[in-house]
Amino acid sequence: MLLIRCPYCEEERPELEFRNAGEAHVVRSSDMASISDEDFEKFFFIRNNPKGVIFERWRHVHGCARFFNAARDTVTDKFIVTYKAGMPKPDLDKITDAPSAVAATEPPAKKKPARRAPAKKKDA
Amino acid sequence: MAKSSEALRNPAQAGREFSAAAVKLAVLPPAHRLSLRAPESSVSALSKALGLALPNRPKTSAAKGSRMALWLGPDEWLVIDDGAKDPLEACSKVPALHSAVGISHRNVAFSVVGIDAANAINAGCPQDLSLDAFPVGACSRTILGKVEIVLLRTAEDQFRVECWRSFSDYVFTFLTEAARDAAA
Ligand SMILES: [Zn+2]
Repeated sequence: MLLIRCPYCEEERPELEFRNAGEAHVVRSSDMASISDEDFEKFFFIRNNPKGVIFERWRHVHGCARFFNAARDTVTDKFIVTYKAGMPKPDLDKITDAPSAVAATEPPAKKKPARRAPAKKKDA
Repeated sequence: MAKSSEALRNPAQAGREFSAAAVKLAVLPPAHRLSLRAPESSVSALSKALGLALPNRPKTSAAKGSRMALWLGPDEWLVIDDGAKDPLEACSKVPALHSAVGISHRNVAFSVVGIDAANAINAGCPQDLSLDAFPVGACSRTILGKVEIVLLRTAEDQFRVECWRSFSDYVFTFLTEAARDAAA
């Protein structure tokens, strides 16, 4: 069983108490009515699905019930870091004991992982 | 013609008990229960009204007389009082921002007592219940089998298990089997 550190309970707790809540740091536009259909699609439907580190929301649903964020390696399932909701994306290079940094066989990809982008008008 | 008809009410699981070699299970008497949500700025006023200091550390509880307050989340407590005074009344006089919802009948509580009490609960609860990780007074919302419970350690070999009443039959039966296994 995975142990996940809840930043609110301040300790590692069994994975059965948690629930995944999708990609983190998806920012909602402050002016929803004015964004284009393409931008809305990106915000609403399009998600990263990287092989490697992903930033996700998790909820300690059967514990303190709080949402928080986590950086997890989708290959090893290792949690690199968990942090409270609302905090900025942590700099993973500064986390020395990051399991992915140790275990990675490939150098960490600097470029953005491929994401399914809607076809641009000019391409049509 | 009868003047009135009064429904005969029995608390859920009333009278059930089980005893294995090193674990005893019993249904605890009905109690006042309160789901309390409040921001930090309201905590001192609520503590004063309730007559105990609401705990602010994860996994801790406070108790005074018949009243207990269990930390469930950063702004959430379960207040239990098996005495005569409803903690809901105490909160109703507090002007500071808070949400107090009476849930007395939502939960059923069991006691799990004996040297194998932690082992019996661990049959369905994945938390570390060693005395170092879960000392006397520690409490947590967690999992037992397939349902959510609130667990409180009342003594080294004693736990209070709170569950929703519709799950109470499942929880008691689960603990019965677990107690039997722990004794084996
Ligand atoms: Zn938590």
